[in-house]
Amino acid sequence: MDEARLKERVAAFLSENDPAGDRLEFLRARFDAGLAWVWFPEGLGGLGLSRDMQAVVERELAGTPQIDGGVQGIGLGMAAPTILAFGTEEQQRRFLRPLWTGEEIWCQLFSEPGAGSDLATLATRAVRDGDEWVVDGQKVWTSGAHHARWAILVTRTDPGVPKHRGLTYFVCDMQAPGVDVRPLRQITGEAEFNEVFLTGVRLADDLRLGAVGDGWRVAQTTLMNERVAIGGGGGARGGGMVGGVLRSWREHPELRTHDLHQRLLSLWVEAEVTRLSGARLREQLAAGQPGPEGSGMKLSFAKLNQALTGLEMEFLRDLGYDDYAFRRSETVDFYGRGPGYRYLRAKGNSIEGGTSEILRNIISERVLGLPSEPRIDKDVPWKDLPR
Amino acid sequence: MSLLYSEVEEELRAAVRDLLADRCPPSAVLKRAESRPYDPDLWKTLAGEIGVAGLIVPEEYGGAGASASEAAVVLEELGRGIAPVPFFTSSVLATRALVQAGAGELLERLADGRSTAALAVSFAASPYRPDRGASVRHSGGTLSGTVTGVAGADVADVLLVPVEGDLYHVEGAEVRAETSFDLTRPVSTVTFDGAGATRVGDVDLVAVLRFGAGLLASEQYGVAQWCLDTTLAYVKERHQFARPVGSFQSIKHRLADLWLDVVRARAAARNAVTEDTPVAAAVAQAWNAGVAVRAAEEALQLHGGIGMTWEHPLHLYLKRAKSAEVALGTPGDHREALASLAGVPGPE
Repeated sequence: MDEARLKERVAAFLSENDPAGDRLEFLRARFDAGLAWVWFPEGLGGLGLSRDMQAVVERELAGTPQIDGGVQGIGLGMAAPTILAFGTEEQQRRFLRPLWTGEEIWCQLFSEPGAGSDLATLATRAVRDGDEWVVDGQKVWTSGAHHARWAILVTRTDPGVPKHRGLTYFVCDMQAPGVDVRPLRQITGEAEFNEVFLTGVRLADDLRLGAVGDGWRVAQTTLMNERVAIGGGGGARGGGMVGGVLRSWREHPELRTHDLHQRLLSLWVEAEVTRLSGARLREQLAAGQPGPEGSGMKLSFAKLNQALTGLEMEFLRDLGYDDYAFRRSETVDFYGRGPGYRYLRAKGNSIEGGTSEILRNIISERVLGLPSEPRIDKDVPWKDLPR
Repeated sequence: MSLLYSEVEEELRAAVRDLLADRCPPSAVLKRAESRPYDPDLWKTLAGEIGVAGLIVPEEYGGAGASASEAAVVLEELGRGIAPVPFFTSSVLATRALVQAGAGELLERLADGRSTAALAVSFAASPYRPDRGASVRHSGGTLSGTVTGVAGADVADVLLVPVEGDLYHVEGAEVRAETSFDLTRPVSTVTFDGAGATRVGDVDLVAVLRFGAGLLASEQYGVAQWCLDTTLAYVKERHQFARPVGSFQSIKHRLADLWLDVVRARAAARNAVTEDTPVAAAVAQAWNAGVAVRAAEEALQLHGGIGMTWEHPLHLYLKRAKSAEVALGTPGDHREALASLAGVPGPE
């Protein structure tokens, strides 16, 4: 289908569905018309087109009711591509539509107190019991768990084999008995994350994604998409975090110094070449799937965000902070909050979704082909590893 | 506008790369660097058979009428191969000036490689200081004065001199090749002592230098990519402590960071030739000049002692990168220009 035909299809959709009517009905109809994510297969919200055709749909449907990319971020960016790659037809039909419309919010149950960078060492157990699995363990850094309907969950199903081989991936019902979500307060004062305790949680076997023992491979798909989601944002020249700092800079000529000016120009250039690199990466993605190159974008943005927010605080010379009050936050509000918040929140950018150090390992091994460090944990059964 | 390479560009790249691999690997470039740095036979093949000399010459003057984007791909390969040919100085800088001046007859001579030209402008000049290093006056059909740091003049048979918006074709200038930091693109001092000057047309020197600066970013990317690739190959092979040195995390993380810089240099270089604005050229120079130097410096350090020897061609790349950092404006010059180009004003 070419651009003209796609535009016709959008026009036909709009003639049958009133954007001014019920928001949810409109979004459901958009999904059913294959105009949700056009690169998904027909019948699952897409038309089997290339990714770059999505821009055509977005342009044509600008001003109509939209989904919430913030609250739905984990569902759209991580759960959906994983379900598409590994889900059964039944799972795809069950989960993708309400995921896309936002009727069902998703969260991610991956990290644990004992398994951060070394995710594959995770200890949450899933034990088979007939047609069900019984899950016990503790997960952490779970954004949005308090309003999520579903979670993507990685568990250990076989402690007797080396760590990467004994994992199994599930969709977790967040309303199941035994799921306990507790807020985790951050240095910003708010609680964007949660700890999630899983105690005797029973999951039907048809909630399993991929084969038993194949959870690591399934999780890789999720993580590759996460890094693109975190690092691969588009935008215009002088936008994003550098745009926020530039606004302050232009508003306060009296605070400018030569030293800050030099540093800001350097960061402006770095932000611009990073933006261009992201645009180039997206052109490549339009043809295929996200590869490890996405890790590079995330690494760049983490460094830039931290440098820019640090510079902004220094520039403004404001010793205050907008609000340390404890609260639940729905999404990361970089631009709605003050510079102190931005500075503190940006510190998480080099930790969440893979630390910058782990990303450098990934780049050097998977992109540059450098040998891995000698390891002591590869061929040892998980249960025998020191911890 | 796409930041990816077109099929035509990939074919052109392959042709240039194959020729360089066959005729002048870095070891061969090194061998001739001290005696006669330019390779006229190689240039004849590149210019005539592959047709790079006339790439940006309009078709009406016998050229290919190609865009800067194709010339940029050639520059990537010439940077990667540190190739001793006057493509940048003759087929980019001088040719662009002649296209501006509408000098059909000279363009025809350049297009098929019969002649090689140089623009008598200091390589240390920039779009912001176009007259740096030059003191030339025109009077009564002759030129007097000096231009220092001119790249490519020693191999040119056509010397073009911009003076106050006019472009002159000059005969009888004295070209003295200097001992240059960059062995593979030496600079000369050009002196005019009442040399005969024929006016060929108008020239906007700032625009020519800006065009050159945008394209130089592609050569710098090519230099950086070679340094990265060569270093990766070396650290995979070199063993110490019974392991490849490339398996140590301190080395891997440095190379991951360098890769990220080089990836962004490629995007910046592509954008400079597709967007073709003063901002895009300044961004590409502000970034790529530094990345080429960093890549060469990292390559030297990660090669250890061998990187410090004359026999390894790495120093040719370091010297090219460090000289190109000064050429057509330093990264600092371009950042300073961005203050007004991009709306990031300084203190009042």
